[in-house]
Amino acid sequence: MVSLKFLEQVVWSADRSAPRDGSVRLKKLLGSKWIKLPVFLLCLGPLGGLAWRAFHHRLTANPIEYLTHQTGDWTLIFIVITLAVTPARKLLRLPELIRFRRMLGLFAFFYGFLHFSMWIGVDKFFDWSDMLHDVRKRPFITVGFTGFVLMLPLALTSTAGWIRRMGGKRWRMLHRLIYVTAAAGVVHYYWLVKSDVRKPLFYGALVGLLFALRLGFWLMSRRRQPTSKAIPPEITTAEMA
Amino acid sequence: MLIKKAAEIRVSEITPQWLYVNRRRFLTGVLGVTAGALAGRTLKELAWPMQKVQAGSKLNVAQKSAFSTGEAVTPYDNVTHYNNFYEFGTEKEAPAEKAKNFRTSPWSVKVSGLVDKPRTYSVEELMQLAPLEERIYRHRCVEGWSIVVPWVGFSLSVLLKEVAPQAKAKFVAFESFYDLGQMPEARHAGIPLPYVEGLRLDEAMHPLALLCFGMYGQTLPNQDGAPVRMVLPWKYGFKSIKSLVKIKLVEKQPPTTWNLSSPNEYGFYSNVNPTVDHPRWSQAKERRLGEFFRRPTLMFNGYDQVASLYSGMDLRKNF
Repeated sequence: MVSLKFLEQVVWSADRSAPRDGSVRLKKLLGSKWIKLPVFLLCLGPLGGLAWRAFHHRLTANPIEYLTHQTGDWTLIFIVITLAVTPARKLLRLPELIRFRRMLGLFAFFYGFLHFSMWIGVDKFFDWSDMLHDVRKRPFITVGFTGFVLMLPLALTSTAGWIRRMGGKRWRMLHRLIYVTAAAGVVHYYWLVKSDVRKPLFYGALVGLLFALRLGFWLMSRRRQPTSKAIPPEITTAEMA
Repeated sequence: MLIKKAAEIRVSEITPQWLYVNRRRFLTGVLGVTAGALAGRTLKELAWPMQKVQAGSKLNVAQKSAFSTGEAVTPYDNVTHYNNFYEFGTEKEAPAEKAKNFRTSPWSVKVSGLVDKPRTYSVEELMQLAPLEERIYRHRCVEGWSIVVPWVGFSLSVLLKEVAPQAKAKFVAFESFYDLGQMPEARHAGIPLPYVEGLRLDEAMHPLALLCFGMYGQTLPNQDGAPVRMVLPWKYGFKSIKSLVKIKLVEKQPPTTWNLSSPNEYGFYSNVNPTVDHPRWSQAKERRLGEFFRRPTLMFNGYDQVASLYSGMDLRKNF
């Protein structure tokens, strides 16, 4: 079955009369039914890596610090990947990528949840007063906590059902909170580092670039339809499924 | 406990006690006898073979110390694979990897400044100044973790008394080795290098201040500051300068690297103090490596005997 489909795709792309859309085979791949599973497994990869390390006692001499740090890193990485989906769709002309945006966003929340859990459950061991003190007094924790908390409504309203319930326009407005989370994540990282700011600056540059791209697209769309007040919908609920 | 057996010292190289005790008389006698006959040879070649200093060599630890704590010692592997030695990378596991080819022999420490007898000592010469002691100290990092390490060395005061500080000397300045060729990662350290540190003279003369040549019965591994370093157990770990090359007695308070990097976060004294937080995190608790729950941090890391050095001082201002 799979090999037949593959052959079909090869034939398709070899057909010279087919539209020169760059990556027809890629588009078919991205649109296929079974592609989501391998992507899902790939997203679980970092967690698998940490589990492997735990099993082989390779979590450094301070496993709690290492795990907190790693889960934090992956949260930021997934936020960046999620934010990169829409620019990639436009620049690579691959609207099919939208199918993965929710999964990637939820994984960002997942790793963020692990990172947050490491802090409350392991580091602070549910010492609520100690935690509250930290959130109030330690700016880098305040900003990190905020970034995580803002992801909660996004995770909860990530389904197609919620897009319908809220209406596309309101849903899009709510999900713009991801910009705040991304910025909060970078600032949180920058503020906790002692001296080597390379990594936080690198993530900051990526987030900045992705913001700039979005701003560019928005300005271009406004120029195209200067009189229209309505924002053309990016996606339909059907595409999101 | 796994103690690596690298180059073992041959039994024939160990100095017999009678000879060690009478070494100066013996050497003078040797000098007298051979000076005329062997004019061309250097004294070093004729002197009794000195203990070789290579990473991983076993050290002759003459005695245990009353300053040692009875707390559980951190496993060797943890202390050698979790290091802040930014010249060799800023990740905790980087120095163990990147300092592998660090050349720590030959090595000398220059003692200069306001002293009557300035001179440069080789590490071997330094180690001969006093019997080596094992000191099991608590070591508390400013980041909020701690370990217990059996260091090997003797009080810095032994060396300071040898060189005789002058009346005007009020502080001791230290400098660490720095060479971009051997330390390419130093570019990304984010702190000004070479690494410098300092103590008030009375702090440096306190018996707890350790001039350290080894740990766990062996010479220091590269990533732990080979071949000679300071250990100041009542202060945050960054005060315990590694890979020492210069000691200078000075009149004014000398610059210290972390204070230069971030003056509102790292003070000159940096005594362990649970009541004075780092601006960005609390210092009230610490994680002893290997333990799950954090434990309360102790004033002066539990070394109350140094409290008299700071009587009358506002330790919040002089953090």
